[in-house]
Amino acid sequence: MAERKPSKSKYTTDRQIPGAFEGETVTRRRFMTGSSQVVGAVAAGAFVLPAVGFALGPVFEEKDQPWQPVGRLNEFGKDTYVPRTITIEPSIADAGLSTVYVRQYNPSVDKEPRDEYNAYVAISTACMHLGCPIHFVTAAQRFICPCHGGVYDFVGKVVGGPPVRPLDRFYTRVAAGTVFIGPRFSVNSELQRFSPRDPGEPLDGVGQYLYPSRPTMRKLPGT
Amino acid sequence: MAKIKVPAPPVPGALAPTPKRPGKEYGPQTPVEHGHEGASTAIGWIDERTSLSGGARWMMFRKVPKGTNWFYTLGSATMFAFLSQAVTGVVLAMYYVPSANGAYNSIRHINNDVFLGEFVHGMHRWGSSVMVILVFLHMGRTFFFGAYKYPRELNWVIGVALLILTMTMSFTGYLLPFDQRSYWASVVGVNINGTGPLVGPYLSDFLRAGPDFGATTLSRFYAIHMLAVPGAIAALIGFHLYLVARLGTTAPPWIRAKTPDALREDKVRA
Repeated sequence: MAERKPSKSKYTTDRQIPGAFEGETVTRRRFMTGSSQVVGAVAAGAFVLPAVGFALGPVFEEKDQPWQPVGRLNEFGKDTYVPRTITIEPSIADAGLSTVYVRQYNPSVDKEPRDEYNAYVAISTACMHLGCPIHFVTAAQRFICPCHGGVYDFVGKVVGGPPVRPLDRFYTRVAAGTVFIGPRFSVNSELQRFSPRDPGEPLDGVGQYLYPSRPTMRKLPGT
Repeated sequence: MAKIKVPAPPVPGALAPTPKRPGKEYGPQTPVEHGHEGASTAIGWIDERTSLSGGARWMMFRKVPKGTNWFYTLGSATMFAFLSQAVTGVVLAMYYVPSANGAYNSIRHINNDVFLGEFVHGMHRWGSSVMVILVFLHMGRTFFFGAYKYPRELNWVIGVALLILTMTMSFTGYLLPFDQRSYWASVVGVNINGTGPLVGPYLSDFLRAGPDFGATTLSRFYAIHMLAVPGAIAALIGFHLYLVARLGTTAPPWIRAKTPDALREDKVRA
């Protein structure tokens, strides 16, 4: 098939464009179009990028997780949980408080190795289905979630309902006869420690890779 | 475009325009005539400078297919539900305080003290459910009448985007009263977001503005609820309506185009 248009030289001087320079290949019209598009993109980027960064910033922010005292050593037994209130989020007053269930490490039920952070076991009250507040029913020795029927046994492992992993825990440590509650961590069904995850995110199998933890919130080094 | 004759609306006899009598002076005489003259002058002034009347006529005086019925009003009903949400939302924002410590009290103030406060709040609250129901009815009408088919696929896609935005409005609006129900419902909702693999955890961190519900979570939901999403919905409704006017509406499936007898398949074959 014959070419419909005669092929044009890439040099503007050959194309008889008025005012063309020797060796010039980009017409002034094309240069003007391109440069105004670049200027427009820079102007749009100048407000879009800061706005996006501003909205996404909190995702990468460090969160302060101070150790909080919850009571004297003798307030917590081996065989039942004692509820204590800690501050999860100080900026919203009462709405930022949360209950944790605390008891002593009990060798007859706790199989995970002893270390400096689990002389006392502190269980988070966020249900691992979707985050509703669970409570401990002493008669049944079970944690029960009121929202969708999640049930956990005495150590927080799932025994019924929709939750995808055992209840989260908090690091604890003992200083000057007082129990302190520290950062939260998540556990898989073997009760191995993982960096904290949100509810609804399983940690068995590939779960820990499908649901990455926050880059700024990790489990304590060496645990 | 062909000139369209606008049918005269029925008016009481006293207001109907009368033919000019011989010997009467030129120009408007009665107050009604002065009113007509003033209005048409003002509209003419705007139209001369904008040429909007052509577009308005194109939008409003369209041909509709035979068989058009009440089901075709569901889209407009949805739009009016949105407008009602917009208006009541703007006036609620005059009293609402989007802070973790002030939100619940400001809602209580609206419900208990403000004149018509409980009514307007109730309109907004129940209206949101009405809007979601109407969106689905409208979607069902479109589906069962086959109105999503060529050339209207893009309008279906825009409609789905509008459905998702409506859901976003319901989700972000639910937190705003900041009582126990809305707080825990939003915790659950954000955690459902988080169950999406790979992006889920970052999405819920974005929604909460951090790892936990905090003071900025509420303002974030508020900004999404009253600034980001309503603008997007309004713009998409505009485009949705443009496409409706551009492509026209479909006849109901039970209306058949009349084929001339001579062109019927069996007659042509014979």
